[in-house]
Formats: sequence, C-alpha cells, structure tokens
Amino acid sequence: MTYNCVVLAKQVPDTKRITGQAMNEDGTVNRAALPAIFNPEDLNALEMALQIKEQYGGKVTVITMGLPAAAEILRQSLYRGADGVILITDKRCAASDTLATSYILSCAVRKLNPDIVLCGRQAIDGDTAQVGPQVAEKLGVPQITYTEQILTLNGKTITARRSIGNGWQEVRTKLPVLLTVVDTANEPRIPAAKRLMKYKAARCRIEIEAMAKQDPSIDVEAVCKQLEQKGLLIRQWDLDVLGADLKWCGRDGSPTKVHRIQSVVLTTKETKSVEPTQEAIEAMIHELIVDHTIG
Amino acid sequence: MGNFYRDNDDIQFLMKHIDLGELANFMERGFRFAGRFDTAPANAQEAVTNYDLVLDALGRLSADFIAPRSEGIDRQGSTLLENGTVKYADGIAESLQALAKADVMGFTLPHEYGGLNFPNLVYSAAIEIVSRADASLMNLFGLQGIAETINFFADEEIKRQYLPQFAAGKVTGAMVLTEPDAGSDLQACKLRAFQDAQGNWYLHGVKRFITNGCGEVLLVLARSEPDRSGGLGLSLFLCERGPTVRVRRLEDKLGIHGSPTCELFFDNTPCRLIGERQRGLVTYVMSLMNGARIGIAAQSMGIAEAAYRIARDYAHSRKQFGGPIEKLPAVRDMVIEMKTQIEAGRALLYETSRIVDHEVGLTKISEDPTESPEAQKEAKQRLRTIKRVAAMLTPMSKYYCSEMCNRVAYDTIQVLGGSGYMRDYACERLARDARITTIYEGTSQLQIVAAVRGVCGGACEKYLAELAALPYADSVRDLLDLLAEGTQQLFKAVAFVKEAGVDYMDLFGRQLVDIAIALINGYLLCGQASSRVQMQVPIADDTTNGSGKTVPMAERKLMLARRYITRNAPKIRAWAEEVCSGDKSTFKEYEVLAGPVPELG
Repeated sequence: MTYNCVVLAKQVPDTKRITGQAMNEDGTVNRAALPAIFNPEDLNALEMALQIKEQYGGKVTVITMGLPAAAEILRQSLYRGADGVILITDKRCAASDTLATSYILSCAVRKLNPDIVLCGRQAIDGDTAQVGPQVAEKLGVPQITYTEQILTLNGKTITARRSIGNGWQEVRTKLPVLLTVVDTANEPRIPAAKRLMKYKAARCRIEIEAMAKQDPSIDVEAVCKQLEQKGLLIRQWDLDVLGADLKWCGRDGSPTKVHRIQSVVLTTKETKSVEPTQEAIEAMIHELIVDHTIG
Repeated sequence: MGNFYRDNDDIQFLMKHIDLGELANFMERGFRFAGRFDTAPANAQEAVTNYDLVLDALGRLSADFIAPRSEGIDRQGSTLLENGTVKYADGIAESLQALAKADVMGFTLPHEYGGLNFPNLVYSAAIEIVSRADASLMNLFGLQGIAETINFFADEEIKRQYLPQFAAGKVTGAMVLTEPDAGSDLQACKLRAFQDAQGNWYLHGVKRFITNGCGEVLLVLARSEPDRSGGLGLSLFLCERGPTVRVRRLEDKLGIHGSPTCELFFDNTPCRLIGERQRGLVTYVMSLMNGARIGIAAQSMGIAEAAYRIARDYAHSRKQFGGPIEKLPAVRDMVIEMKTQIEAGRALLYETSRIVDHEVGLTKISEDPTESPEAQKEAKQRLRTIKRVAAMLTPMSKYYCSEMCNRVAYDTIQVLGGSGYMRDYACERLARDARITTIYEGTSQLQIVAAVRGVCGGACEKYLAELAALPYADSVRDLLDLLAEGTQQLFKAVAFVKEAGVDYMDLFGRQLVDIAIALINGYLLCGQASSRVQMQVPIADDTTNGSGKTVPMAERKLMLARRYITRNAPKIRAWAEEVCSGDKSTFKEYEVLAGPVPELG
C-alpha cells in the first residue's frame, strides 16, 4: 500500500550563528539578527517522509505555521521533493505557545487525513520537544518519539527504532501514527536542480499581496491565478479555513506565561593548568563531575 | 553547514563579472524553450538565477556530504570482486547517489533529454566545487562529456536511449581510448571492431588505464578499417557493460583512489557505431578530449583550492618563534603566491569555458536551418576565429591549472612542514591526487605541443590584440604597458622560432606557452581589476572571528594583478631570451649528456 505523509516543519532562527546582536536587551531573541532556516531535525523528518514515498509510493505534504516569510521553508520542501505544501498564517495565531500551536497544527493535519505524521524531535529555538507529542495527543493517535529508523511498514502496522540515549528500542504500533525524528536518522538530501528551477517561483497569496503593496502595478488576483495554473501557488490556510476554536489559539489558548527572563553572562574567573598525567586528568574529570559541568 | 560555492569569494565575483546572460542566450537559443520544459528559463535573468541556485545546492552537498567522506574514499578505494565487477568506495557510491538525486548528472545536456542545458562555464565551476570536496569523485561527476559526445555525434535513436539515463544519474560512462601500446599516441590503437554478415558491429581486444571502465555505457575507440593504419582507421563505438566486457585488473594508484582505473578485455562485444566510420579519433575523440581537458583544469582548481585553504589556516594558527608562521617572509610569500596562481588559473579556466560556450553556441546557429542566412553567415565568420582561440586556450588551461595545482599542493605540505607529510592532514592526499592532473587527458608536454601552434600561428597574436583593445580602468594603465612590452618579447621569440623550424619550436614550446599564458592571465586580471561589479570582500586580521573589515573586490584584484604582472615581467624577458638563445644542445648532445641507458635495480 501507499502512504500519505504529512510533515510538520518550522522556520527557526539559526542559533548556530549567534552574534553579539542575537539577544535584545530584554533577553528575548532578536530574530532580525539571525538568519531564518529550516529547523534541522524537521529536515530529517522530511527526508524520512520522502524515503517512505520513494519506497512505497504516496505523497508528502509539508505544513508550517508562521509569518509569511516561513513560505521559504515550504519552497525548500518543494525543492527536495514534497508534493504539496501549506502555510498556516493568521494574525490570531500570534503568541501561541506549544499547546496552542499543537492545537492549530492538529486541526490542519486532521483535514489531510494522513497515515503518518512526521516532525523533527524539537526546534532549535525553543528546544521544548513538546509540539510533536502534543499534536499526537490532540489527534488521538499513537506517537513514536526520537525515531531513528523505520524498520518495517507493513499494511497498517509500523515498526520503528527509537533512540533512547545509550541504546535503542524497537516499537510497533498501528497507523495512523506520529513520529518525531532525530538528526541521526538520515542525511537530508539537498534541493534537486530541476525542482529548484521550477519551484523557485512558487509563492503564497500573502507574499504576492506584500509585493503588491510595494508595486501597485501587481494584480494580486491575476498573479495568483497564473501561479495556480502552473502549480506554483502555495496553499495558504487561516484559522477560519481550519475551523479552529479561537479560544484554543494564540494568547488565549496558551497557558504558558513568561514569568521572568534572566540574562546569564558567563565570564572567565580563573585558569588552571593540568599536568598530562593519568592521576591529574582523573582528578580534573572528577572535579568537573562534582560541579555538574559534565555528566 | 558549509557551502563550497558561497564561501568562495572569487567564484562569487566571477559569476557576476562574466556576462552569463550572454552564454544563457546561446544555450537557450534566444530562450525559445521556455514553457516547453520546467528547466528552461524565460530570460537571461532567470537563467542566471538558475545557475546560482544549482551551484548553491551543489556547494552545500560538496561541503556537508561529499567532503566528510573523502578521507574514507581515499583509504578504502575501489575493489575488484571475484565475479569481475567493481565495487566503488562507499563514499563514492553514496555521493553518486546524492548527485543523481540532486539532478546534476546532466549539467550540459539539452532539456529534451532531461539535462539542465547549462553552459560549460557553469559546469567548470561545478566541477571545481565537487573536486574540492573529493578529487576522485570528479572522475565520475566530470565524465558528462561522454553523454555530451553522444549528444553531438550519435544518431537520434542512441540519444533517446541513453541520454535521459545519463541525465538521471542511472548510468555512468567511460571513455575507452588508451591501450597498452597507445597512450599519448592514440593513432596506434589496435582494438579490433568488425562486422558480421548482418552488418552488426563487435569489439575484440584490450584497453588499459580506463577511468571508470566498470561504468554501464562505454565509448570505445577501435580499429574498424583493418587495412588502414593511423587515425583514419579508427571509429568510435558505444557498448554496454555485460558478460563480454571483463574488468581484468584494477590499477593500484598513487592518488584519486575513489576513481576506479580498469583494464578491460572485450570478447566479441556487440556495439553500435557512433556517427560515421573513420571519424572516431579525428573528430569525435578530439572533441571529447577537449571537453575532458577543461574538466581536468577544473578538477585541478578544486584540488588547489582545497590545499590552499589548509595552508592558509595552518600559516595563521601554527606558532613558532613567538608568533604565527605567516609572519615569516618565506611563508607569507608562499601563501600569497598560491592564492595568486589559483586566481590566475581560475581566470584562465573561466575564460576558456566562456570561449568554448561561444564556439558551441555559434556552431548551433550556423547549423540551424531556421536561422536567417545572414545570422548563419555571421556565426560562421565569428566561428573561424573563436575555434582557433578555443583550440589554443583549452590546452593552455589544462597545462596551467594542472601544473599550478601540483605546485600549490606541494607548497601546502611545505607550509605544514612535518605535519603536512603525515596522513593526519588532507594535504598529503591532495598532493597525491594532484599528481595525475598533469598526466591524464594528455600530458603537460602534449598540451604545450597543442598550444604552441596557436601561440606561433597567429591565433595568440590576434587574441592578445583583442584583449589589449578592451576597456580598462585607469588604475591598470602601467600594467597594460608592461603587458604590451611582454607581448613584444613574445613576438620576438615567435619570430625566432619560425626561422629555427618546428623541432626548435617544440623544444622551447614551454617557454613560449608560459609567456603567452602570463600575458593572457595578466589581461584577464586587469579586466577583473576594472570590473564594475560592486562587491566587498573581507580581509584578514589577527582575531579569529574576523573584524568585519572589508575592501572592494576590484581594489583587491588590482593588487593581485599588480603582483602577478610585475613579478612575471622579468620572467617573460628571461623566457624570451632563452628561446632566442639558439641552444640546440638537446638535439646535438643528448647521447653524450644523458649517457648510456643505465641498468635498473
């Protein structure tokens, strides 16, 4: 049988390229100072979905929720082989915490009725690893977190290997299922040249509206129609399309309240020289374990 | 997350400095394919965006996927299995698969066969990027000229059967030319091609040193005219890998371990004729070789770039005598010299590729019956000069870039000292990989023989005059004067050898070609220093994360051009003087000076 996969992806600030301006004075992330990228483990999830499609057939749809700029990772998904992409963008989504986000995403996933939902283990900006599991709960489907490999997909049964740190577990469950994928699962492919050339022009309506604000000669309806004919109009959903209950969305749907943000500045106080002997190194390691630097 | 395209300021600059739109117009035949293929751009701007996007993706793949595998590839190499098949090193097999998935195995093939229809210039950049990650992988990625040869010369049926498979990366090819007694001298090929009563062709005989001889599609040069010796007795055939093609031996080589070098035995292998009989060597292989030579030049650039980066990093981080060794005059001079030669080589390679793209484009126009007679006539006229310049620049690029990458790889080990000699650093591998580049696809000596005919035959004079007549910034005036003076030295030397005869011309071919290359590169670098491209490039400082200080690229290129041209000026005079010395001791005194053949062992 073939499998329909939905991949949940997030555009995140590239936290590996932290510079001096990465944080605002109030301790929040200065998103403008960091390049926006495809959350790395979501790329692993996309790769796993594409491999399922290559092996068994079916299709891969990528969903992201975010600002219009997040359409970029949807184009990135198209370049790599996604069949369809959807941007969920709506001002009423603003300030959603992981619970509200999970609710909104689950509404979107339900509309697509997939066999397998895949997402990265966690996003590199918040590092919560909550959204995937919460979406599974909202959908009422089983979840396999920390997935490293799909061992077998047989009819409506999946067996997967999950990484548990110092070892692994093999688990089996019925479809539909939600998988959260770790970075050791695979090496994500790069964009395919021909798809790059085709889908570089893919846009969603809100992007064209923004272009029309800069250049009034752009006829939004005409451009959208033209793109749609070429299969280049990115689907765009808002909360009304999803039929979402607004009390579970945005700030109202978010029980997480930020109590305080503390800016921790690490400074060097002293340096120590360690003799390159077995004893001295053991003593150093012991000291680091005692003060919880390692271990 | 690395990117071997984005992290290279010089490539970034050249992609803007060179008029890619003009090349796109040639390739896309005035953008007539738009709408018919997803890959066909509607205008020059879109084409250039496509080139940039694809190189960007390839740059990422090279940095993040291929480069981390190169050490493993070198250690593991290919294996000849008992059943006569060849197993690639794991890293090669994985990288080939990734390249196929990335749609980049039909770089220059037309849209209709599933190719990207990119110009040679962009393909050269791509080969450099891939070679920087792993030089031996280039021998597979860079074999796309085989498909290109099929495209140029085979009949439509063969093209439809094979080209889409090449473009999709489902098959790889080999150019099966060399034999035990026919290396540089391919006219001596013996492998027999014969026909049965129905007119079907078969191959019988041995081929040696065949890069990727285990590939699925083989282009074989064979003697189809048993009574005819020399090049006109040879035709080109296509056959598939199968039970009648046996890999007898896998060579144990100094470098490029990921590229399998096979000895092949053809035991009455069924095959198909490509194009016409007797044109195998003189037309098809010559065309194939010219493309391959540019490929090797690009491979050399990749090796040099990889080596330079190791040297540059080490010179900065290794501390001796109380500071980084880059503070020592001898070391810093080596580092700058490497960088200068790399940029000179890239200038020459890109110019050669650009000229070849013009040649390909004009040929298409001149052969297209839908073009107006005027356009065809004009194309034919321009082709006459372009062909001669391409025939000179191609061997020059191959010669200069391959020799240069050997010097750079050698000096990189020198900068690293004892550490560079150890296998802990990649530079020893790069030096081993570099060594083949001056040998295969025609040795440096043969490149000189090919190039010197252009240097002495008028093509060079005409081309240098064209370069001198281009508009330049005022800041390079004094450099142009030096180049004009060097050109006079060249003319003097050329006049001398014309009097002295062909043997003498070949004897001093290297000096003549070196002068010509120094002048051409000088003009190209002056052109870059005069570029209108606005680009800021970072400069070095003592901090590790960079001070953020930048200079305009044109300003940096002016310094580079100044150094290159002023340092070459006295060398040009010396080379010219050497040519005009009339020294024929090589001919007259060989027996005495070389002495008798020694006993080996």
